[in-house]
Amino acid sequence: MLKNHFIKQLYNSFLDLVPILAVVLVFQVLIIKQPIADVASLIMGTLFVVLGLALFIQGLEQSLFPVGEAMAYAFARKGSLFWLLIFAFCLGFGTTVAEPALIAIASEAADIASKGNIIAHSSEAKSSYALGLRITVALSVGFAILVGVLRIIRGWPLYYLIIGGYCGVVLMTPFAPAEIIGIAYDSGGVTTSTITVPLVTALGVGLATAIKGRNPMVDGFGLIAFASLTPMVFVMVYGVMM
Amino acid sequence: MIEWLIHFSFALLATCRDVLPIAVIIIGFQLLVIRKPLANPKKTLIGFIYVLLGIAFFLEGLDMALFPLGKLMAKQLTSSEFLGVNPHEYILTWQTYFWVYVFAASIGFATTLAEPSLLAVAIKAEQISGGTIQAWGLRIAVSIGVAFGIALGTFRIVTGIELYVFIVIGYVLVLIQTAFAPKFIIGLAYDSGGVTTSTVTVPLVTALGLGLAQAVPDRNPLIDGFGLIAFASLFPIITVLGYAQLAAWRSKRSLSSKS
Repeated sequence: MLKNHFIKQLYNSFLDLVPILAVVLVFQVLIIKQPIADVASLIMGTLFVVLGLALFIQGLEQSLFPVGEAMAYAFARKGSLFWLLIFAFCLGFGTTVAEPALIAIASEAADIASKGNIIAHSSEAKSSYALGLRITVALSVGFAILVGVLRIIRGWPLYYLIIGGYCGVVLMTPFAPAEIIGIAYDSGGVTTSTITVPLVTALGVGLATAIKGRNPMVDGFGLIAFASLTPMVFVMVYGVMM
Repeated sequence: MIEWLIHFSFALLATCRDVLPIAVIIIGFQLLVIRKPLANPKKTLIGFIYVLLGIAFFLEGLDMALFPLGKLMAKQLTSSEFLGVNPHEYILTWQTYFWVYVFAASIGFATTLAEPSLLAVAIKAEQISGGTIQAWGLRIAVSIGVAFGIALGTFRIVTGIELYVFIVIGYVLVLIQTAFAPKFIIGLAYDSGGVTTSTVTVPLVTALGLGLAQAVPDRNPLIDGFGLIAFASLFPIITVLGYAQLAAWRSKRSLSSKS
C-alpha cells in the first residue's frame, strides 16, 4: 500500500517535471540547434529531481502540515496571544535570515551599492551592508507574519493590509535610490522558501480553522502575500537611510 | 561514485543548515511554551527527514541537469551571434529578441509547474476548499501568470521602460480585481504571488535577466537585470483572480440560463 502510494507520487512528480524538460529540449534542438552536451547527467539529474520532489511531498503531508496545524491549534487553545505573536515573529525572522536566496541577493546588492558610491569600496563596508540588508528583510518578514496572524485573530479583511503595503511601496519608490529599487522589488519574492511556505500556510489555515467565526478559505491564506510585500518597503527604507 | 556521495552529503548538510533555525524555533516553542509532546513524534520525525532528503535530492538534481542547461540557453539566446546582429552597428528593435520572449514565457510556465512551494499551497487549498479549487487548475493559472510576467519583464529589459511603471499598473489592476473577485479566492490569489518564485524559478530567471541586460546595448546588468522576480510574483495574482472571476461568471451564467 505504502509502496504503491510512493510510486504514484513518483509518477506525479515526473509529470510535474515534463514541461521543463520539453521546453529545454525543444529550444535546444529546434531553436539553438545544438546537441545536448551531457545527456547522462541530464537523465541522472532529472531522476534526482523527481525523487526529491516525491520525497518532499511525502514529508510535507506527514510532517510539515501536521506540525504547523498542531501548533496553531495548541496556541489557539492556550489562548495566549502574546506567545502566538512572538512565535509568528520568530518563525518569519528565523526562516528568512538564513535563506540562501536572500544571502545571494544581499551580497549582489552590496556590490551594486559600492559601485554606485552609496557605500565605501572596502569589503568590510560591503559585508556590513549585506548583513544589514538581510536583517532588514528578516525583520520585515517577521513583522509581516506577526501582523498577518493578528489579522486572522481579529478578522480584519486581508485587503486592508495589502493595500496598506502597496501604498507603502508606491510612496517609498520615488524616494529610494534607483539602484536599490530592482533589488527591493525582487527581495519580496525570494524570502519565502520551500519549508517556510508549507509551515506558514498550515499555521494560517490551522488558526482560521481553530478560531470560531473564521473561515479557513477566506482568512487562512494571505500570510505569505503580506510577507512578500513588507520586504519591498523595508529594503527601500534601508536604501534611503544608508 | 564516492566523489558523488561526498558531494551529495555536502548538499544534505547545507539543507540541514538552512532548516536548522526553523527546527530550533519549532522545538523551542513546543517544549517551552506549548509544553506538550507532539502527537506522533516518530511519524513527524520520519516525515521531516523525507523533507530534508527530498530538498537535497531536488537541488542536487537541478544543479546536475537543469540549471547548467537553462543558464547556458539563456546566455545563448541573448548572444549577438544567435540574434545575428552586431549590437554596435545595428539599431536593435524590441522585435529582435522574439525568441527571448518565447523562451522566457515557456521557462516561466514550466518551472512554476514544478515549484514545490506552489505544490504545497495548491494541495492545502484543494483540501480545505473541499475540491472547489482544483490543485491543477490553480497551478496552471499561476503558471500562466508567471509566463506572462516574465515575458513582459524581458520586454521591459529590452525596451528599458522603468520598472515601477509596470509594477504600479499591475497593482492597480490587482486592486480593481480584488473589488470584484469572489471573496474566498483573495487570500489564496495573493499568496500564490509569493510562492511562485523559489527554488526552481529564481536561478533560471535571474540568469536570463542578467544575460539579457548584458546583451542589450545601453542596459546596466546591475540595475536592469533585476526586477524579473517582481514581475513573476505580481502577475499570478492577476491570473488567479481572473481564473476565479471566470469560474464564478460561468456558473452564474449556467444558473441563469437554466431558470
